Amino acid sequence: MNFRTESSKNATIIFVQEERLDAHNSEHLKTEMNRIFESGRHDLIIDLKDVRFIDSSGLGVLVSGFKNASTRQGTLKLSGLQTQVRSMFELTRLHRVFEIFPSVDDAIESC
Amino acid sequence: MKKIIQLQIRVPSQTRYLSLVGKIGESVARDICRINDDRDIFANNLNAVLTEAMVNTIKHANSDDPTKDIKIRISISNKELLIRIYDSGQGFDLKKVSDPSYNSDLLAESGRGIFIIKSLMDTVIYKKTACGNVLEMKKALE
Repeated sequence: MNFRTESSKNATIIFVQEERLDAHNSEHLKTEMNRIFESGRHDLIIDLKDVRFIDSSGLGVLVSGFKNASTRQGTLKLSGLQTQVRSMFELTRLHRVFEIFPSVDDAIESC
Repeated sequence: MKKIIQLQIRVPSQTRYLSLVGKIGESVARDICRINDDRDIFANNLNAVLTEAMVNTIKHANSDDPTKDIKIRISISNKELLIRIYDSGQGFDLKKVSDPSYNSDLLAESGRGIFIIKSLMDTVIYKKTACGNVLEMKKALE
């Protein structure tokens, strides 16, 4: 899976650079999130601007990260959801769970 | 005149083929199906249905055995889209579906696949065949 990780003052940002986040590649994102949590950084932003398709495995990995962050008194926020990706969050009611921002800059400002 | 188009796909039971099959589903939605709904939404939905059905077959029906195959048959008529996914494995229970609208299931890390399929298609049936099982999913196009 292609992604880029950057650190801002208050959060670590993972830019997912894939067209799909699905059962084939989502475990790589989980591994990267766990690596960041283990390093002591507990506030994450996942930018999904490049992702135009997400399946239940991708959603499950984001839920896993959300729970992991919450357990450590941290946060996991999402940014840049394309219309079809957002519709999957709404179908599964996960838009009620995550803080979702139009852009990564908006997500950083909220931290 | 009643016209039926049929596509048959056979791929190894591996997640690396999800993207390929999903894109075929999008092309079917955009180029073949007659629908009144937004084609981009329908294309994404068909991608999702095929992806979820394949993952379910890979993980549960075929028990993550990459040497097995998955056979997919898509039939499109003026009135209906029918997708059949065949497996030769142990099968799975379609009734074991979580409902994400319940708060107790909202933070589950798995179990949304069949819920997504059932939400996006009109009827979903899983049944035994002479040489395995078939997941049959229908969507009215009128």
